[in-house]
Amino acid sequence: MRLSDFRAVPNPDLDACAHQRGLLDNVARPAGWHNPTPSGAYHLLIIGAGPAGLVAARAAARLGAKVALIERHLLGGDCLITGCVPSKTLIRSARLYAEMRNAELYGVKALDEVGVDFGAAMQRVRRVRERISRADSVARVVDDGVDLYFGSARFVDSDSVMVDGTRLRFKKAMIATGSRPMLPDIEGLAGAGFLTNESVFELTTQPARLMVIGGGPLGCELAQAFARFGTRTIIAHNEPLFLPKEERDAAQMVSSALARDGVEIHLNSEAVKVRCEGDRKFVDLVTAGNRFSVEVDAILTGIGRAPCVQDLGLEAAGVAYDTAGGVRVDDFLRTSNPRIYAAGDVCLEHKFTDTAAASARIVVRNALFLGRQRMSALTIPWCTYTDPEIAHVGLYVRQANERGIPIKTFTVPMHDVDRAIADGEEDGFAKIHVREGSDRILGATVVARHAGEMINGVSLAMVAGIGLRTLAQVIHAYPTQAEALKMAADAYTRTRLTPFMARLARLWLRR
Amino acid sequence: MDDDALLDALQRAAFDYFLSHTDTPNGLVADTSRAGAPASIAVVGFALSVWPVGAERGWITRADGVARCLTTLRFFYSCDMSPQASGHHGFYFHFLDMANGERVWKSELSMIDTALLITGMLTAAAYFDADDAAERELRELADALYRRVDWRWAQRDGGAVVHGWKPDSGFLNYGWKGYNEALLLYVLGLGSPTHALTDDSFQAWTLTYQWENLYDHDFLYGGPLFIHQFSHAWIDFRGIRDAFMREKDCDYFENSRRASQVQREYAIRNPSGFAGYGEDCWGLSAGDGPSAPPRRIAGRQHAFYGYAARGVPYGPDDGTIAGSAALCSIVFAPDIVWPLIRRIFDEAGPAACALLQASGFNPTLANDEGSPWITPHLGGLEQGLIVLMIENHRSGLLWKLGRGNPYIVAGLKRAGFTGGWL
Repeated sequence: MRLSDFRAVPNPDLDACAHQRGLLDNVARPAGWHNPTPSGAYHLLIIGAGPAGLVAARAAARLGAKVALIERHLLGGDCLITGCVPSKTLIRSARLYAEMRNAELYGVKALDEVGVDFGAAMQRVRRVRERISRADSVARVVDDGVDLYFGSARFVDSDSVMVDGTRLRFKKAMIATGSRPMLPDIEGLAGAGFLTNESVFELTTQPARLMVIGGGPLGCELAQAFARFGTRTIIAHNEPLFLPKEERDAAQMVSSALARDGVEIHLNSEAVKVRCEGDRKFVDLVTAGNRFSVEVDAILTGIGRAPCVQDLGLEAAGVAYDTAGGVRVDDFLRTSNPRIYAAGDVCLEHKFTDTAAASARIVVRNALFLGRQRMSALTIPWCTYTDPEIAHVGLYVRQANERGIPIKTFTVPMHDVDRAIADGEEDGFAKIHVREGSDRILGATVVARHAGEMINGVSLAMVAGIGLRTLAQVIHAYPTQAEALKMAADAYTRTRLTPFMARLARLWLRR
Repeated sequence: MDDDALLDALQRAAFDYFLSHTDTPNGLVADTSRAGAPASIAVVGFALSVWPVGAERGWITRADGVARCLTTLRFFYSCDMSPQASGHHGFYFHFLDMANGERVWKSELSMIDTALLITGMLTAAAYFDADDAAERELRELADALYRRVDWRWAQRDGGAVVHGWKPDSGFLNYGWKGYNEALLLYVLGLGSPTHALTDDSFQAWTLTYQWENLYDHDFLYGGPLFIHQFSHAWIDFRGIRDAFMREKDCDYFENSRRASQVQREYAIRNPSGFAGYGEDCWGLSAGDGPSAPPRRIAGRQHAFYGYAARGVPYGPDDGTIAGSAALCSIVFAPDIVWPLIRRIFDEAGPAACALLQASGFNPTLANDEGSPWITPHLGGLEQGLIVLMIENHRSGLLWKLGRGNPYIVAGLKRAGFTGGWL
């Protein structure tokens, strides 16, 4: 099997790439592969070998369970092949180009010309992807004692699944089929051809002009990256701000950062039509009633993700689902069939690799070991890897307001953080939200060059039940950008020094 | 010059803008001093509040003030309210042709700017309270124009008031969600006896409030300074509190004082290393700025944004100070604004008045003589706000008129305000 089997347009450059072949050697159905022959019912049958499926399969097998893992495509799922791994790798190269252009800002002599080698950057993407794929290779999964099946799975009744003509019976099952990119309904788009996250990392030549449709995390990350590679990048988003789930200041900062990198921004804009005239491609945009055309070479859509619930025979298994929200689960991740659970993108609002893995661990405990662990008890951080990054955990202020929870935010701009000044990375802030009148952390948003690294400190505090008073006592290595979190805690401590307390202190010292 | 004489000079200079930029036949007022500028309905709203101040200070006669207000009110009462003309549903387009009063620049039917216009009308009606034919007509027109605004029509998205509407494409994709200058809009909309906003509107507005501790000041966050000022030109928020401010043991007036302090703290830090910034030179707000090519300053690459809503602490910041916004904070924080005024007078001499009237000046882009870049145009909004805020600082006239306005009182009460003078 070749990755190009799943591509609309064959790309011989890719097929000749050793890293691409290495990836497939690791995670595709090996040549001459024969699925195992089942012997009795499995303790846990898992459909989908993405992050959730792999974590659950290996964890359950290590605990002695008899596990079947079924994958119709490649192990590793969206994250490894078409998601986090390739995008973060590409973003790193793009960031370096941006820094090379700004070398003089750091007192470094700039190159006369920064030449871009897009092909080399994409080759690095494939190399990194191949290396990371080794951890979850076919061989390793089989070595862990998992019965691995390649093929399409379909429930035939409430306790069995057909794969490649073989019936597998299960005591418990977990659906982890993930999600796929939603496609915008735009006249002419399909005929003109377009990219999604499933195809953009297969590019071997750089588009000169790229239209990005959708200003969510994927759209913003890749628009900035392509602009930094020198592609003339235009982004159209149908809302007033990018990243609509994030707080306004964070979204505004992303807008400013994209503009600084030369991205042409069209907010409140709808792509309504794609036209081809000979070899030329035009996208028609409408902004506040004004219609105009932009000529591009490629179109990338990133308007969100839809759960993969089709062709699974869910009705036969009595598993309730809908095409927008995916498989319906309770807080214990159990579906409407008590023997069947779900994990990851197919059932969760937060479609993240880490969350998929965490939900899979919950399923292993709840399905096999009488666990009663709730999904809602998890503290889930996330990050958008623009530059600066936007990371968040816990409640947003708006959510607290909606729930009537009094909330207060301690804000530290990165321009007050010594290390950020030294690094020349002052754009951003750390905001920690606490319940008004207490030091209990309800959530946090960090915008910083390395916000994704910084948010982990807040997640740890929240899970451990550490408040700002204790956080203020934790020595943070100086100078680090994560010190912003301690500075927020210090600000909290200062608010506790009321005029009365200050008077008492003065009286004490004068005694 | 003593303090009062200096304030009087600054206030009078701002007042003069309205004398020289009003179209006499219809009472419309130019958005800016730029040649050919259209009228802005918000600036007209300021003008309708400025004329009473002029009459009170003796800069114009009461009869002149009444005549000016009447001209404006008669225009709005009789203007074409079909969708492509001057207004619709009691709201008006943001920009109107100075001569014929028709919509220009394909501008939006603007809810906030209509609110500022209507507030000006109610202010004029409250001040000109004599029992003669002209002043009676003025009051009747203002009342009728307020009553015909269909606030509820403009509610969308969980009760929030939408930013605007266009004849060709309908409602804009933005709602007025706090905190910003639209507090006044909600008070007016809630107080309407005819088309009042629904009860959930104020909740929708406060849902996005962010109470933050920044630079050791607790305050209801808003980046640009003007958003902490506009509503305070007419409403005396001292000592009255809605549910949010009760919870925070604060009020909106005190909040604006803290916002001024935060602005000053930002300028002291001056993270981008711009010229001039410091404890006596601060104030980032919406206004005009230079449109120069990007350049490197203190090791960072900076763009220049022209007209923009600048704010702290997240910018945009291109070294442009809104002198007028800093001046208008005098009503909240005279202890930090007076040193700023004095420093600008000490350093700029005769040019000081222009810097304090300007919506933007930029010391980083100084000319060869060392004078800062300054916007070549005066803005009507800034001049109106200067007149009103200085007047409130000197006499509290606009606040007194607002406190006596039954619609504003009703709106505040419906929004949940209690205490103080309420």
